[in-house]
Amino acid sequence: MWIRSTLAYRTSFVLMALGNFAASALDFVAIVLMFSQIDALGGFTLPEVAFLYGTATLSLGLADLLLGSMDRLGARVRDGTLDTLLLRPVPVLAQVAADRFALRRLGRIGQALLVLGWSVTRVEVDWTVGRVLLAVVTVLSGAAIFAAVFTAGAAFQFWAQDAAEVQNSVTYGGTTMLQYPPTVFARDLVRGVTFLVPLAFVNWLPALRLMGRPDPLGLPGWADFLGPAVAALMCAGAGLAWRHGLRAYRSTGS
Amino acid sequence: MWYTAVAAGSFRRYATYRIATAAGVFTNTVFGFVIAYTYLALWAERPHLGGYDRAQALTFVWTAQALLAASALLFGGGLDELQARIRSGDIAVDLYRPADLQLWWLAADLGRAGFQLIGRGVVPMAVGALFFPLALPADPTTWLLFLLSVALGVVVSFALRYLVSLASFWLLDGAGLALIAGLACMFFSGMVLPLRAFPGSLGDLAQLLPWAAILQVPTDVLIGARSGASLLRGLAFQAAWGVALLALGRLVQAAATRKVVVQGG
Repeated sequence: MWIRSTLAYRTSFVLMALGNFAASALDFVAIVLMFSQIDALGGFTLPEVAFLYGTATLSLGLADLLLGSMDRLGARVRDGTLDTLLLRPVPVLAQVAADRFALRRLGRIGQALLVLGWSVTRVEVDWTVGRVLLAVVTVLSGAAIFAAVFTAGAAFQFWAQDAAEVQNSVTYGGTTMLQYPPTVFARDLVRGVTFLVPLAFVNWLPALRLMGRPDPLGLPGWADFLGPAVAALMCAGAGLAWRHGLRAYRSTGS
Repeated sequence: MWYTAVAAGSFRRYATYRIATAAGVFTNTVFGFVIAYTYLALWAERPHLGGYDRAQALTFVWTAQALLAASALLFGGGLDELQARIRSGDIAVDLYRPADLQLWWLAADLGRAGFQLIGRGVVPMAVGALFFPLALPADPTTWLLFLLSVALGVVVSFALRYLVSLASFWLLDGAGLALIAGLACMFFSGMVLPLRAFPGSLGDLAQLLPWAAILQVPTDVLIGARSGASLLRGLAFQAAWGVALLALGRLVQAAATRKVVVQGG
């Protein structure tokens, strides 16, 4: 239904989809502008950075397509419209995710695919079946990790109500970070996104292995394949947080 | 005065959302860290890119994060409410009021920006100064000139957003246009990369467009990249764009209000 309703204002829909494409493309334009002045950033070439950019953005785009509406939960808690969802015989999580489901988010996915496609032809990787599989698994488990963050962020809204932006700092801020090579950042920051909020498993670790680069923390080799396990753990944790939040929810005015 | 009351009311209104403000500060700070490190890597590769030294480049990052909400660098800034009023028809009530529509919203926007400069600007800047060597001026005059330049930038930002909002009179749903205007602002204000670091003629062009008045000029004033005659030219550049865009807003407003048909009246 939300798909049909967004298509009703056709000019606006086209502008929104284009805008979404351009919004995420701008980050890449910034990177290209940087590379018009330099040959390597943190020791990485433009195709290598483009590969990091493509995988991180694609993962975020997929998670955002499914669960990007979750940040509206705070507004629903504030104005009390969440109660309506509780009355329906459909899981609340599914309803919140489908709320204002926005097809225009395909713009970001399309843009990420373009950059990723370009980088794959330029980056120096000997593509075997195993490596292709690792790349695909990386993107999917990365999307699951971001989906867990979206869900956990929404669960946090049951208490905070008005702090949707904190979630943005992890999802969008994290993606911005993952678009650049880990060598750019201070060691402590890299540790933080490996052990604290394990975003490094979204793309950094597997991508470094594909490109034949050592990871700056010197983790054992098998850590590069932990993406799916980390994603499963995070999704389980986010699911628990969500159920806990939903149970703790008190409607406004009570 | 009518308009000071509107501005003060708007200031108080935004001050009410304390958790949202704290969340915004947190996000600005996280982004500040991420971007600061990428700039460090960029300036390590090309020292003095765009004429900035390392400290100036880092100050640019944190100033951009500090001004993000106040100068509405990613659009927003409350004018989406004006768009909603145009779409729903409530605008008819506003037009009936004995206050000028454009000045009313300008006053509200200045109040909003005033709060967000304090509420969302000071902490990220302080955190940035704590963790990175920033090129902040020691003398109060430069700070005052910076604030003046920020105020002029907010006026230019408002005038642009007001024009976009008025487009709702014709488009009905102006969200798409607002998004694209926001992107143009992000790119041409220097938010994604300082305009001085843009290559060649693209950089020269970008520095003549109105968006340069919103972030690039105020930051250059703060980090000492503009002084003396160049500083005066910068302020005049901002004021000229501000006046021109506000005047254009008046013209469009006049055309739009002639078009309004109140339904069911």
